[in-house]
Amino acid sequence: MAQGDVASTGVKRPPVPAGQAGAGRPPKAAATRRSGGSELTRAKIRSAVLFLLPMMIVLALVAGWPLGRTIYFAFTNATLNDINNYEFIGFDNFYNSEWGGLLKDPQWWNAVWNTIWFATISVTLETVLGLIVALALNMRFPGRGIVRAAVLIPWAIPTIVSAQMWGWMLHDQFGVINAMLLGIGIISQPIAWTANPDTAMLAVVMVDVWKTTPFMALLILAGLQMLPSDCYESARVDGIAPWKVFFRVTLPLVYPAIAVAVIFRALDALRIFDLIYVLTSNSADTMSMSVYARQQLVDFQDVGYGSAASTALFLIIALLTVVYIIAGKVDLSGEKS
Amino acid sequence: MRRIDRYLGAVFAGATFTVFSAFAVTPSQAATVSISCGAVGQELELCRTGAEAWAKDTGNEVVIVSTPNSSTERLALYQQILSAGGSDIDVYQIDVIWPGILGSHFIDLAPYTDGAQDAHFPAIVENNTIDGELKAMPWFTDAGVLYYRKDLLEKHGMAPPTTWSDMADAGAKIQKAERDEGNDRMYGYVFQGRAYEGLTCNALEWVDSYGGGEIIDANGEITINNPQAIAALDEAGSWMNEIVPEGVLNYAEEEARGVFQSGNAVFMRNWPYAWALANSADSPVKDKVGVVALPKGGADGKSTGTLGGWQLAVAKYSDNQDAAADLVRYLTSEKEQKRRAIEASYNPTIKALYEDEEVLAANPFFGSLYDTFVNAVARPSRPTGDKYNRVSSAFWNASHAVLSGKQSATDALADLENQLKSVKRRGW
Repeated sequence: MAQGDVASTGVKRPPVPAGQAGAGRPPKAAATRRSGGSELTRAKIRSAVLFLLPMMIVLALVAGWPLGRTIYFAFTNATLNDINNYEFIGFDNFYNSEWGGLLKDPQWWNAVWNTIWFATISVTLETVLGLIVALALNMRFPGRGIVRAAVLIPWAIPTIVSAQMWGWMLHDQFGVINAMLLGIGIISQPIAWTANPDTAMLAVVMVDVWKTTPFMALLILAGLQMLPSDCYESARVDGIAPWKVFFRVTLPLVYPAIAVAVIFRALDALRIFDLIYVLTSNSADTMSMSVYARQQLVDFQDVGYGSAASTALFLIIALLTVVYIIAGKVDLSGEKS
Repeated sequence: MRRIDRYLGAVFAGATFTVFSAFAVTPSQAATVSISCGAVGQELELCRTGAEAWAKDTGNEVVIVSTPNSSTERLALYQQILSAGGSDIDVYQIDVIWPGILGSHFIDLAPYTDGAQDAHFPAIVENNTIDGELKAMPWFTDAGVLYYRKDLLEKHGMAPPTTWSDMADAGAKIQKAERDEGNDRMYGYVFQGRAYEGLTCNALEWVDSYGGGEIIDANGEITINNPQAIAALDEAGSWMNEIVPEGVLNYAEEEARGVFQSGNAVFMRNWPYAWALANSADSPVKDKVGVVALPKGGADGKSTGTLGGWQLAVAKYSDNQDAAADLVRYLTSEKEQKRRAIEASYNPTIKALYEDEEVLAANPFFGSLYDTFVNAVARPSRPTGDKYNRVSSAFWNASHAVLSGKQSATDALADLENQLKSVKRRGW
């Protein structure tokens, strides 16, 4: 892989307005190719800023403001009953010697553990299955277009709807899953999938895998279609075994696409809420960090404490993502070729 | 050009007409009142017919807003609307444990009721009165009762059980006998075991029937970690996978009723609303169902039931407070409560209706279980105030852990006590 990062070629960067440093990638990259500081460059940057401004304002309003409010409330004792009267209580929501706080709450750590367990297992399964599906869809066969579209159906159904649908299918008394398993004689007693603590998390993972594998397959398929055909031709000429071609050619080449897809999925999986909430409600066996935060915030009306949990959730996801990007050497900007 | 002019003219005329007719049609006094109704069983239908009758009488309009079946989720929805000061809903149907949590958002109804609340059960009126203000009018009351299959008990020569262990024995025997006869799906007992408010009601009944107190006493002291409560939860845990389907761990009221009403359970714990539905024309168990008070916890225990029931309140943020309060007055009146009792077995909160012949003919158990309804055990929502949901959630989680076999009752209640102490340190 060539390390031809344009931004690090040593050309002096033009001044970028404060707050825009991270957003102006394409114009900046374009600018550094020319001699820095020319009138044309400055005009381009000005128009880039102008074009980006509406998006930045909208982002600040819909993402920045709520996030800022949440972090702000995390240091207060606000409640839903009277949201305008609150006091600042410092880090009490996170840790205090009197009633413990978030970091001393075993339920919170249970939720953290559940979430990480869920994210690891489901994303791993979805990646492996998604890769297999993508490889299959990358083959030429009659009716490929229809199959590609059909595969996307689980992903197209809103999560709430598919979760409720699976809730009925997994029902212990009249669910179709139990009827099928009983019919072919694998089990002798109906299994209460979402009620039994041993199977509840498995059920959630299963539904998530069913729903999100198409998404992974689609992202990986896009990566597969970008692969150069000459490697495969030379492999064929040399008579390399197909499995060797897969592990030595396909996998390394498609890795960047997989890595980015995994980040998307992991971010999604770490803040899992709707699926778990619909299938198993507030049960402690499957409670994720988001379900915990919602329960504190809405059910217990504790806006301060719930915001502290949301903030911790945000920090944990950010931390895990950074660790993954560094450890997996993921190229998010797409500038490495 | 000409054509465009003509079009413009038509559009303008149309717009003018619309604007004027909007002014002309708006009546001077009629209001549109929106009311939130539950949808458990026939609730929604009854609420609609009642509210529409009022609308017809008064010339107003009503909009029915249906809300989630799970009371935990309904509360969450209300809180979002109320804390935002929303005027989307004028009349709220609120649970008996919520006046303390939501009271600050509701108006005082006393000026509108003309003393009508004096005819209702005083305990409920007191429950709904906060700082001297009547925050909600009682609509119907509830207490957990035991449904049983008359035909099956008769067939196997048994009487309705008086203790939990009687019930478990009878349930196990009939379950086995019926399964031997080919009904594979038969279970002894179903109840509400999902991790939600309903499990708190069920578990409190077990604990109270053993004399194990009310989780937290009237002075706010934590009493739940005691031998009677442990015995009660242990016994409930012993039913699991014997006479109770494992799926009960995710059942709310309607799921339990689904199993019982399909004829697949001998006993069911539920609220009185299930009576009218179990005896409806298309019910497979029509005329095969009996109702008794919940069993006692051992020979020395007592029959009990958790106090449930729903109230109607008017939001401070309502734009039509007068009309909304009048709708509440109408829906909680003796006439309307009688209709609801006869049509759908909703327990009136007006004492006199328990002696009404038509009501008793429709619901024979209203008379025999009168004491259960009047002396139902209250959840500790008063002593714990706005921390009640935390307390209840900790309690249902502990009960759920015992039922699912994750913890022994001894460990679960010891953990629960610690958890409640930590909640209490933040004040209740």
